[in-house]
Amino acid sequence: MITPPSIEILRFNTCGSVDDGKSTLIGRLLYDSKNLMEDQLDALERSADLTGGGQINLANVTDGLRAEREQGITIDVAYRYFATPRRRFIVADTPGHVQYTRNMVTGASTANLSIVLVDARQGVTEQTRRHSCIAALLGIPHIVFAVNKMDLVNWSEQRFWEIRADIEAFLPKLDAFRDVKFIPISALHGDNVVDPSPHMPWYEGPTLLRHLETVHIASDWNLTALRFPVQWVNRPHRPTDPRLHDFRGFSGQLAGGIVRVGQPVLVLPSGWKTRVREIWTPAGIEPEAFCPQSITLVLEHDLDISRGDMIVAPDALPGMGQEVAARLCWMHPRPLSPGRKFLLKHTTQTVQAVVTHLDHRLDIASFEPEPAPAELHLNDIGEVRVHTAKPLIYDGYTSNRLTGSFILIEPGTNATVAAGMLRPPTEPARLEYTDFVI
Amino acid sequence: MSPSYHLDHLQYLESEAIHVLREVAAEFERPCILFSGGKDSICLLRLAEKAFRPSPIPMPLLNIDTGHHFPELNEFRDRRARELGARLIVRTVEEAIARGIAVPTPGEISRNRLQIPTLLAAIEEFRFDACVGGARRDEEKARAKERFFSFRDAFGQWDPRNQRPEVWNLYNTRVNPGEHMRVFPLSNWTELDVWEYIRRENLEVPRIYFSHPRLCVRRQGQWMPVTDLLPPRPGEEVRELRVRVRTIGDIISTGMIESPADTVDDIIAEIAAARVTERGSRADDKSGEAAMEDRKKLGYF
Repeated sequence: MITPPSIEILRFNTCGSVDDGKSTLIGRLLYDSKNLMEDQLDALERSADLTGGGQINLANVTDGLRAEREQGITIDVAYRYFATPRRRFIVADTPGHVQYTRNMVTGASTANLSIVLVDARQGVTEQTRRHSCIAALLGIPHIVFAVNKMDLVNWSEQRFWEIRADIEAFLPKLDAFRDVKFIPISALHGDNVVDPSPHMPWYEGPTLLRHLETVHIASDWNLTALRFPVQWVNRPHRPTDPRLHDFRGFSGQLAGGIVRVGQPVLVLPSGWKTRVREIWTPAGIEPEAFCPQSITLVLEHDLDISRGDMIVAPDALPGMGQEVAARLCWMHPRPLSPGRKFLLKHTTQTVQAVVTHLDHRLDIASFEPEPAPAELHLNDIGEVRVHTAKPLIYDGYTSNRLTGSFILIEPGTNATVAAGMLRPPTEPARLEYTDFVI
Repeated sequence: MSPSYHLDHLQYLESEAIHVLREVAAEFERPCILFSGGKDSICLLRLAEKAFRPSPIPMPLLNIDTGHHFPELNEFRDRRARELGARLIVRTVEEAIARGIAVPTPGEISRNRLQIPTLLAAIEEFRFDACVGGARRDEEKARAKERFFSFRDAFGQWDPRNQRPEVWNLYNTRVNPGEHMRVFPLSNWTELDVWEYIRRENLEVPRIYFSHPRLCVRRQGQWMPVTDLLPPRPGEEVRELRVRVRTIGDIISTGMIESPADTVDDIIAEIAAARVTERGSRADDKSGEAAMEDRKKLGYF
């Protein structure tokens, strides 16, 4: 049996205004990297005959729902998968209309990289600024500005540099990305998407696919501070194996850091200290595990730990508190006003919460805060303060996307109404029983 | 040697799927796993074993038997459930028709549509609040818009225009009584991932995935298995071929592909070089560009 080489997954999302050619770009990536199959091409050709006057429309690869094909728009996040010998890719195709910001937040929340499409004829628009801003807010480490439709500006190097300069002028205000790339492309004709463009010899950088294949993503997870939200308590009922009679494990996905057997750990909010006795990983019992592995921990002491508790390293404490500040993307047509109560889901804990203050609404095109708005509306992003019925054990979103994020759920309808990104805690967790050692 | 702290693609997908399965166990009162014995649900079951070990899988398995299943598949399903010591619940379309829950239209041979009311009746009977399935987003265009936790109303319907946003790994699992959730831990897996995982985990799959001799009839550009349910019509081309299945539906709607692949390695090589998608051999998906979307809205798997 041949052992296949280790292949990583890169998750990216594409954003741009309507007609910037997002779907065409994804269609092109799939088509030129030979990830479209004959029956998909047949289906494309069938729909080309029906609606496209015989021209294959690469956008139809991703616009899956009937309403989308009929209206020529993308109404929801569509996920696509393709592979090259170097990497696997998960693509979130997120629509660009103003009213669908929530979908972009959805697609961007799990992305390593964002591709922001800019129409070379239009240059930087309000949408470009909005998309850059959302990618920045969501803490996406890598961003690519793909200047599309270069064919319609005669492959002009000067035009490309003008647009690049306009973008570089506003990027410092966002102060977010570790890594920024500018690539001139034509999604329609395939230039610099998979194959280098014969029309733009002045561009010496990688093609888009080449960049996606090689961008360094290994350090995108937080491996510095151990965070283990307890998801499920593993206690075998009536085990047939007598050795399992007293088994008590704590299952969950590591949200940060590395955990090792023998390591001292702290359980929050109780403050109990203990050590790691065993680590069950999907591959078996191992001496260590790291974020984002799903594991089960067995601890030295028999402690009453339940879902929603967090196991952390004693030398890297998270914040803990019932008053938190956060950036909120409001995702529901019913506006948010101060005083409304919700269920807040953070890591594996769901608690009651009330939004006490709306401090700012962010104008995501000008990046300027508008103080003390009366309400947040669908697709607004604002700074809020939240009071929770139980303490949250958390980090600032900028240091950990998994322990720094939450959603708000509307009681009754159970709708997910907001995505929240926590501000860094003002002080670390203070333990009630600091010298409580078992 | 300094260890490398990164997950390869299968480890990443495994970790994500286990997280989803544990979220189901922690947040639902009466979940079940849809287990057909097909390759996707075989992976799903392995992931469930890993998610909960050393405890047994804390939910029953459910299968809707259309009566048109490949016999090899049902044999495998029953054996696998026995080996795991899992509780397997089977509800049949036959029985649903007899009880008037599922009503065939005159002349309707396919059991595809009739699975829907049968499944919904089983969900009602056992008051399941979550059904975990092995569907993947890469299978079909309408599935590409599906969430990990896909909300279904009291009629079991999917409303693609009104889905809950799903951000980070925070899943909104809340349902009111009578509503339920369909959960898809393999959402981000591709067909190739599934086979690579089967290889890595050394999982057994039903024999019909491997090359075997079978009498087939040529119909609408596909080789269909000849059975009592699908006898050749006069004038049709019938041949004994070395074939296998790539995706398993009902025996009357599953095209066989000619293939010499008789190991998992062969299958992986074949898929990597394949020029048609997996569901290209499913007659039930070809009835229109929106065939899957329409069935899903009504409560299909």
